Amino acid sequence: MSRSVDNPWLNRFAWLTALATLVLLSVGGLVTSHGAGMSVPDWPTTYGYNMFFFPISKWVGGIFWEHIHRLVASGVGFLTVILAVWLWVKEPRARVRWWGVVAVFAVVLQGVLGGLRVVLYKDQIGIFHAGLAQIFLVLVCALALITSRWWRNLNLAFPPAPDPGLRSLLLIGTLLVFAQLVIGATMRHQHAGLAIPDFPLAYHKVWPPMDATSVAAYNQNRNDEGANPITAFQIGLQMVHRLMAVLILGAVTFSAWASRRRLGPRNPLSRLALAWLGLIFVQVLLGAFTIWSNKAADVATAHMVVGALSLVTGAMLTIISFRVLIPVRAAGLAAAEPSHPGLGTSKPASSGAK
Amino acid sequence: MKLTSRFLIIPALLAGLQAASAADITGTVTLNGTPPPEQVNTHISNDPICGKLHSEPVKTQFFVVGPKGELKDVVVTLKGAPAKSGGESAAPALVDQTKCEYVPYVMAVQTGQKILVKNSDPVMHNVHPTPKVAGNKEENKAQMAGGADLTFSFANPEKFLKFQCNVHDWMFAYVTVVDSPYFAVTDKDGNFKIANVPAGKYTVEVAHRKAGATTKEVEVKDGGAKVDFTLDAPKPQ
Repeated sequence: MSRSVDNPWLNRFAWLTALATLVLLSVGGLVTSHGAGMSVPDWPTTYGYNMFFFPISKWVGGIFWEHIHRLVASGVGFLTVILAVWLWVKEPRARVRWWGVVAVFAVVLQGVLGGLRVVLYKDQIGIFHAGLAQIFLVLVCALALITSRWWRNLNLAFPPAPDPGLRSLLLIGTLLVFAQLVIGATMRHQHAGLAIPDFPLAYHKVWPPMDATSVAAYNQNRNDEGANPITAFQIGLQMVHRLMAVLILGAVTFSAWASRRRLGPRNPLSRLALAWLGLIFVQVLLGAFTIWSNKAADVATAHMVVGALSLVTGAMLTIISFRVLIPVRAAGLAAAEPSHPGLGTSKPASSGAK
Repeated sequence: MKLTSRFLIIPALLAGLQAASAADITGTVTLNGTPPPEQVNTHISNDPICGKLHSEPVKTQFFVVGPKGELKDVVVTLKGAPAKSGGESAAPALVDQTKCEYVPYVMAVQTGQKILVKNSDPVMHNVHPTPKVAGNKEENKAQMAGGADLTFSFANPEKFLKFQCNVHDWMFAYVTVVDSPYFAVTDKDGNFKIANVPAGKYTVEVAHRKAGATTKEVEVKDGGAKVDFTLDAPKPQ
């Protein structure tokens, strides 16, 4: 059995798995947005049926979303197993092969978590399920990236250059995005609707009062029929979500600016960082529209999906940065490196900008 | 024989004495101010099955108010009620799922009292009570069209325990669980009656999902007691 790094069909299959995972996340988002997570009370069966034989005539209301989610999840699980086996057989890099195995464990765990959320009635499991979904998407996208021909030839086009501090910056930005997604998942899985109904202000103020009397008054005026009453914690959480959005916007803007300035506009990091910034702008707008639309299911889901794309983009940027940028000391350039100073200085880096 | 008769007569006399000293607490709850307008439920009209069950638009039921402010769906309870719940032996309370809505929308039961949930719709539902008080069990049961009634009961008092159907995300009912047999829910005219309350002084509490709660002291005598309440509509923000 021959192993080779040049497996174009394996790479295409990895991208297909990544795309299917993104679809799965979208459907999962619709399940939560439609409040349909508990519309099928049993698991792994569906209203007593084997889920693959559940009659289409019974896919009504929220069942439609939840059942589709389960079917797509099964499909992604199947694709992931094939991907892992394919990697195991064809991929020469042992580390990549093992990441394929990790992906299988992750997708199985994710399925079990989804099932336990249903039968144990725990919102906390739903939050963990949502967080792991994002990590799984990043993992599959990373597998697709590092099995690609582009990745293999990356250092030919862009030889490793000393890191002007970008790797840490991109990593921090990505971690901030992930933290933001976990906060978002926590907000969504408390099923409390909009804790703050207006934007950019909050209850007509820059910082809303959160004392017991004020919260009671907010609840009296809410017109979200089934939503649980909001608490001061939930209002605070949404304010943190908003502040975090500003922080991420700042961090990603700085990353894009720094990449372009230090590496030049043609460097893949610079281009991708610009795309990342575009996604963050879209995400901020979608966040605002989520509030202005009173958390319409499609808008709220789009907000979640673009959040996932933002995380993936940040993660891919970070991974690429670790390939095309090397620490200054490791490059042996620390002592005599006037042309590759830190980000705070203004001299442009020459490498990789051609 | 005489001894047996005495044993029968004495409890009967005691029961009669208690009945003579028990009376009803009645009253009316009205809403002060103008409530926010109810919203048309577009989810139900857009549903291919449930939408056909309604000939008129369905609206939210946050404030069901009569022409003079009479407020429906207010739960009335006695604080420090003289008797504990006899829910296990009480007749079951019935909730029907009809035209893809829960009827009644607001009700009250005793702790331990059975709640029968019926499905009169031509479509399947799931019945999912979501209690917040420890000891009250969250369950989620499927109920096919024409399926057998489902039974629920809750061990501990809880206000406005939410029942929901996740298949139809607009379907909600709110059940208040009371640790006493003395409670009522106001009708469409805002009226309530708590029957057979033993004579004595009590605190009556009224609670509405959106208009909040308030209490009043009342003394029940042979002729009963009447106490009216006013709750305020929420101030617009």
